[in-house]
Amino acid sequence: MTEVVRVAGSLRNRLAVTLVGGAAVLAILLFVVVRNYAAQIAQAGQDQIIGASVSSILDAAVVRDGVVDVDFPYASLSMLSTEFDDRVFYAIYQDDAVISGYDTLPRSDIAANTDRQYETVVFDGVPVRLASASRTLIGAGFRTNIVVSVGQTQDALSGTLNGISRNVALFGAGFFALATLIAFWATSTTFGQLQALTTAITRRGPKDLRPVVKPIPAELAPLVSSLNSLMARLNQSLLQSENFITEAAHRVRTPLATVRSHAETTLHRVERPENRQALRAMVRAIDESSRAAGQLLDHAMIAFRADNLDQQDIDLGALVQELLVQLTPIAEMKDIDLEMTQDGNAAVRGDPILVQNALRNLIDNALKYSPAESTITISVSDVPTAHVRVCDQGTGFDPDEIDDLAKRFKRGTNVAGIVGSGLGLTIVEDVAHAHGGKLTLENQKTGGACVTLSF
Amino acid sequence: MRYLVLLALWVLPMLAHAQDWEDQRMFGVDSSPTMRIISSTDTSFFAPIIESFLAERPDVSIEYLVTGTADLDQIFRASPAEFDVVISSAMDLQLKLANDGFAQRIDDITHPAWAQWRQSLFAFTTEPATIVINKAAFAGQDVPRTRLELIQALRADPDRFRGRVGTYDVRQSGLGYLFATQDARASESFWRLTEVMGSLDARLYCCSGEMIDDLADGTIAVAYNVLGSYAQARQDTRDKLEVILPSDFPTTMMRTAFVSRDTLQPQTAADFIRHLTIAQSQGADLASFPLPPLITELDAAGRSRIALEPALMTYLDRLKRRTFMREWESAIIQSPSAPSQ
Ligand SMILES: Nc1ncnc2c1ncn2[C@@H]1O[C@H](COP(=O)(O)OP(=O)(O)O)[C@@H](O)[C@H]1O
Repeated sequence: MTEVVRVAGSLRNRLAVTLVGGAAVLAILLFVVVRNYAAQIAQAGQDQIIGASVSSILDAAVVRDGVVDVDFPYASLSMLSTEFDDRVFYAIYQDDAVISGYDTLPRSDIAANTDRQYETVVFDGVPVRLASASRTLIGAGFRTNIVVSVGQTQDALSGTLNGISRNVALFGAGFFALATLIAFWATSTTFGQLQALTTAITRRGPKDLRPVVKPIPAELAPLVSSLNSLMARLNQSLLQSENFITEAAHRVRTPLATVRSHAETTLHRVERPENRQALRAMVRAIDESSRAAGQLLDHAMIAFRADNLDQQDIDLGALVQELLVQLTPIAEMKDIDLEMTQDGNAAVRGDPILVQNALRNLIDNALKYSPAESTITISVSDVPTAHVRVCDQGTGFDPDEIDDLAKRFKRGTNVAGIVGSGLGLTIVEDVAHAHGGKLTLENQKTGGACVTLSF
Repeated sequence: MRYLVLLALWVLPMLAHAQDWEDQRMFGVDSSPTMRIISSTDTSFFAPIIESFLAERPDVSIEYLVTGTADLDQIFRASPAEFDVVISSAMDLQLKLANDGFAQRIDDITHPAWAQWRQSLFAFTTEPATIVINKAAFAGQDVPRTRLELIQALRADPDRFRGRVGTYDVRQSGLGYLFATQDARASESFWRLTEVMGSLDARLYCCSGEMIDDLADGTIAVAYNVLGSYAQARQDTRDKLEVILPSDFPTTMMRTAFVSRDTLQPQTAADFIRHLTIAQSQGADLASFPLPPLITELDAAGRSRIALEPALMTYLDRLKRRTFMREWESAIIQSPSAPSQ
């Protein structure tokens, strides 16, 4: 059943790649989205604190005797302490001038009376988050705009973000690993069904063409139903072939038998020796062709029977004896002795019709290729395994072609006028293979062929 | 080239001399590369630490330059490349220097989070501001334990204390300003005490040392917000003076050190800071180092220290300083003829 199948790609791999790839994309998406969200929240948190600091400084701004004073509380800057000791910068502007704090802090362009505005600037070479707010102070004949900006470096923010990123990355990796596991589990259970179906069909005998009845998943239903119908058609055509062969055998043999009986009747009537000679040759030719046709049909029959062996207990000894009874008259015509030796009880399980056919072919060959007044020895034994050996005193096999003689229609160079089809040994070998046995051809040292059918 | 080097060698000390240092001393072999430390701490307190460092690192020499905290800030800001290590008791000025980017990060020093800032400013002492009295002046009288008791004692006998009360001149001393602002932040009693001291013609000092000198010879009877460590360290005054930790609320300062961002010897300077923090951590050999150690745990009274945080810059703010100075001056200098030393 190991036919070569053209394989292009794998459904399982494709499914696994799709699932795993999808999981990877989702994991990355998760990471990016959560990180961005976390970054926004963390930035909002920092902004809130800087903004509160700005408000508390701005709230402290008052005009005293025409001079702006900003007596801001300790907490204004104290609230900016972070775990990462972020640097803090601030500036207080009155109209266009810096009245306190860092003179070089980038000035935010903020409209008058604006409540908190945030931006990220670069100061002293580092990114600084800057919050600003402004307020107009009004005194007696006095109106001035105060802007307060407070900046903070982003070490703690990036520290927090790195922590979150690490956690989200771990989470994403875990998600990915889990999704991958599930993907592999899903594909293997899915394709497990397919595998189970394949095994069920592979395990069947070669002639088991019953439809698949085991429950199968819906997706496999079309495949299995077309498989079932294919098998049904196959079964049908096999039956037809078998019938056809039986029919054909019948149709060929019956007219031949009729012709033969006519020829024999005529042989009794004619007197002239040359006519009798011709008729005898005719009868022999009819026999040979009937045998050849028989062999052809046997070969075809064996090919079919071999696929669906009838398993019975066969006693090889008894089978050979039965054959000898049938063949002894033929042997006597050539003055050939058929000798049989039996050693042990050689029993095999198999199809008796096939085995008998094979053995008949072997003994037939021995008779065909043996000279008159010789002996054919048939030995049956169960050591080392059950086997039947037929040895004759004929010409033996040509060593050059001994390996090829069992091939279909192959005849040897030693046939010289002996009628045959080249199918005899083929039939024997097919029978041997169908029973798990083998056919061995060899020459005896003393001359003559030895053919062994062993099981 | 050689002449240039010689010229530089000749000119550099001249430049250094151009500055008026309170003290200036070389440690170690002259020929070796010199690391310059600018500090507000008296040389005698620091010499043992420097010497123990040089014992481990004989390949360097150290020039130790002493000046007041406020001057130190100005000098260093003007030429940060000339100094390798900066040591000061004015935590606010030090923190601002670090915040302004003058300090270098040293990542491989492990120091408690509250005792360092940005891994660049490292605290190495814990020193409370104290009231120091001349025992003789308080003979037969209860020794004041809190600021309120001090106020009461001064008010009870103004004639005895007139002209005999001393405290920092916050205009000159960075440390005095730090103590005063932290006191003012903690309690209103600071202003009352300042007013009382002002009404008694308080003497104002630039430095703890001079205040203790005057206490020892009886010129003044009581000094407020003095570094107790200075009084305790001096053998000659130990019997005459008593150091009182005000039990109402403490003001505890930490001396801090950092490596200049522009130092040419970052490795040596970092090694020095490491040596300093280890030598000053509790459990180190205290007997051989006169500076008070860094106390890593709060004491039983729950005294807190001034936190190393950006909020220290609050009172360095121009407007805040202007306001504080105005209030302080009007409290302490009540007659125009008051001494402003
Ligand atoms: N007993 C035997 N002695 C010698 N040659 C044999 C014998 N049996 C078979 N052969 C050779 O093997 C060939 C194939 O035999 P087989 O398949 O039975 O066909 P065939 O109809 O020619 O006998 C024969 O043509 C013959 O050359």
